[in-house]
Amino acid sequence: MRFSYYPGCTLKTTATELERSALKAAKALGIELVEQKEWQCCGAVFPLVRDEIAAFLSSIRSLAAARDAGEKLVTICAACHHVIKRTNHLIKTDTEVREKVNGYLQLETSYLGEGSVIHYLEMLRDELGFDELAQKIKQPLTGRKIAAYYGCLLLRPAAIMAFDNAENPRIIEDFLFALGATAVYYPYRTECCGVYLSLNNTQIATDMVEKIVSSAFSYGAEALVDACPLCHYNLLELQKKTPQGKPLLPVYYFTELLEEALGLKEQTAVRKDRK
Amino acid sequence: MRRIGVFVCWCGTNIAGTVDIEAVVEAAKKMPGVVYTGEYKYMCSEIGQSMIRDTIKKEQLDRLVIASCSPRMHEATFRRTAAAAGLNPYLVEIANIREHCSWVHKEKEKATTKAIALIRAAVAKAAYNRELVAGEIPVEQRALVIGAGIAGIQAALDIADAGFEVDLVERTPSIGGRMAQLDKTFPTLDCSACILTPKMVDVASHPHINLYTYSEVEKVEGYVGNFDVTIRKKARSIDMSRCTGCGVCLEKCPIKVDSEFNEGLIKRKAIYIPFPQAVPNVPVIDRTSCRWFKKGKCAVCKKVCPADAVDYEQADELLEKKYGGIVLTTGFDTLKLDEFGEFGYGKHPDIITSLEFERLINASGPTGGKLVRLSNQEIPQNIVFIHCVGSRDKARGKPYCSKICCMYTAKHAILLKEKYPHSQTYIFYIDVRTGGKEFEEFHRRAVEEYGAVYFRGIVGKVFPEGDKLLVQGVDSLSSRTIEIEADMVVLAAAMQARDDAAEVARMLGIGVDTHHFFVEAHPKLRPVETHSAGIYLAGACQGPKDIPETVAQAGAAAAKAIVLLSKKTLIADPCVSEVNEEICTGCLACIQVCPYKAITEKTLDQKVHGRVVQRLLAQVNEALCQGCGSCTAACRPGAINLKSFSNDQILAEVDAVCL
Repeated sequence: MRFSYYPGCTLKTTATELERSALKAAKALGIELVEQKEWQCCGAVFPLVRDEIAAFLSSIRSLAAARDAGEKLVTICAACHHVIKRTNHLIKTDTEVREKVNGYLQLETSYLGEGSVIHYLEMLRDELGFDELAQKIKQPLTGRKIAAYYGCLLLRPAAIMAFDNAENPRIIEDFLFALGATAVYYPYRTECCGVYLSLNNTQIATDMVEKIVSSAFSYGAEALVDACPLCHYNLLELQKKTPQGKPLLPVYYFTELLEEALGLKEQTAVRKDRK
Repeated sequence: MRRIGVFVCWCGTNIAGTVDIEAVVEAAKKMPGVVYTGEYKYMCSEIGQSMIRDTIKKEQLDRLVIASCSPRMHEATFRRTAAAAGLNPYLVEIANIREHCSWVHKEKEKATTKAIALIRAAVAKAAYNRELVAGEIPVEQRALVIGAGIAGIQAALDIADAGFEVDLVERTPSIGGRMAQLDKTFPTLDCSACILTPKMVDVASHPHINLYTYSEVEKVEGYVGNFDVTIRKKARSIDMSRCTGCGVCLEKCPIKVDSEFNEGLIKRKAIYIPFPQAVPNVPVIDRTSCRWFKKGKCAVCKKVCPADAVDYEQADELLEKKYGGIVLTTGFDTLKLDEFGEFGYGKHPDIITSLEFERLINASGPTGGKLVRLSNQEIPQNIVFIHCVGSRDKARGKPYCSKICCMYTAKHAILLKEKYPHSQTYIFYIDVRTGGKEFEEFHRRAVEEYGAVYFRGIVGKVFPEGDKLLVQGVDSLSSRTIEIEADMVVLAAAMQARDDAAEVARMLGIGVDTHHFFVEAHPKLRPVETHSAGIYLAGACQGPKDIPETVAQAGAAAAKAIVLLSKKTLIADPCVSEVNEEICTGCLACIQVCPYKAITEKTLDQKVHGRVVQRLLAQVNEALCQGCGSCTAACRPGAINLKSFSNDQILAEVDAVCL
């Protein structure tokens, strides 16, 4: 199983743990993720303007390169995935953007949206299969109570991202089940983490994070998992700014638990008092 | 040579706006057989019609071509005009230059060319038009009403009161429909059951109404005045003539399943009467859940029945009946809420639909009218209502307004406050729509006297928090986010057509709209008729509506049916098929394709060279033929022709357009 792989800037700087664990786990699962030679920053935010095409070019270059390689494009960062997936949808449906972008890029073969981009989680679910994944688990996380946190970028807009049911998603819970863990369902698992408000209006973001974490805590979770570097940052750092001043729950990337379940890593820290 | 007159209508600017009338008139003058051409602003007006009548006499016209709107609109009008001037009405031909031309084109030049072509075709066809004489068909003086909710009940009573026999067919074991499920009705707060049950009893005791409950219409054939209908009387497994309705069987039956009438809030038995006031008050055995029918054991109901009325051997019965007219009153369903995950319906017992709320607050409901939280049986303090769940929602639900939700939610707020003065209701709405007599006053009363708090905005999420439900929404007027700790959340789910509405429409040969509501013949002028003569509509099967509207429509549909039934005979359309016996080869391919069973075979003794030979021929029953033309296409030697649409006429039209 081989895919083109788009890492994105965050995975090379602040979220190195996410990339490291993801690649290590993929290798152990027999999945070859080939990093694209000339990837560029995705732009981080999907632009809603249509008259400036510069922001779409990076995504299209990567999508076209994957198409030329005859492979699906795999992403790990939720923000990159969001930008590339929506750009792919845009170029498929908006004639004007399609013509402008291709007119500018002058690719050997025009790119019309025929490629496909999938997130690492989708790769596990749709390409490998969670049943197959469960077979390969060496150290099942039996008895561990983990709360999935989805964030917004992977799920919405639901029709375009087509990732999972936006109101009641289950992909991370299904993933946890394949690892042998117990998934904790709590109402705030799809609420926003505050995004960039953590920088310029920290109090609002802190309140949002506190709600998420304390809800997961009250439903019995011993740790949170997420799939987005920004959510991860907010959940980790803003917990320290809550009134009690110290984190209520540890936060992991989903790939870290995968790594552990595959027997590639020592057990991640959990709140022992939750057991 | 024919003497054809062409009359071109402007239809105000409807036609004249895009078609150059003068050019059309000039072109028509040169068409073969045309001896007169005229134009007028409104040909259908009295002045226009009298111009046609005068011209027929003055110019001795023997064929007319009216270039105007669709024949659906005014063919009958102009046929009457011709008849008034002594011309056989079937010598009139319509060239539709409005719906087929001016309304669908923008460029005047091209539209004019097309209008001329359409008129040329009509002129060519008119030259072949023959005088036809309409026959008569008998009318079966009996009506069928399908669906016995308030619409069907009202229509059946009205038709029966006029002295005609009515068969009322209901799919479920009892009549009553949705209205029987409701508690009070807006805006008067009449008890729904109290005003409905007398009508249900009237239906049961009316000498002219035959009630077929637990029955379904399976097949409809024939045409106005003579519908042949097959009704399946499903096996009730109870001998209705013996059952006394004592109810012992209901008590003893060991099997419990969800009660449909109570929206699944409580269980009923496998042998059951849907609700206490059911008509007929006779139980039915639900064979899909009954232990006897599943496992061959039990038979408790049979043992305990003092009247020996339980009959496991009873089979479905097929009734074949004939009707003059049909009234369709099959009602509505509510939208399934699977798509609306944010409201959490089905995930928590205190998140319910409005219809479930009706059952919970109803004295004959599962809790005896005591409104309780199903999670802990306590009386709720804060109740949040959410309007437009799936209504006015192009993305996930229906684009239309369900029309009744604003009013019944206001009603719920009032009922709640009256019953539990300490309760508080919060209502999220998009717009409050209260068009209707005393409706706005009723809504204001809910706000001003009963303290209902309205938020203009949308709820984003409902989820359990402790033993409460946390409702997160936004008040779009103040742009503030709102969080309410609610004890109960009530969702006003959109009204939608029945799941099988499209199938029913196909069976009856009527139309449905994109949402599968049945389509009326004209949205303004023929609101209770369909495009199939003799079939009428009433109630929510035609679109969302409340009880007063439904009852009014049912009365209107009944009036239309009475008009039909009061005639002994109808004028038959003479545009039917005829067989040219000279060239019919007797292959009988026509019999295979005829959807109305109007063609039969016959033998003809014929003398050939002094010998008598028998020839096999097709023959058309003109009373049954509906003029669809299928046989004319199937006929290999071209021996069958549809009068007024003969092969010669169609080819003449094609030649006129193409050559």
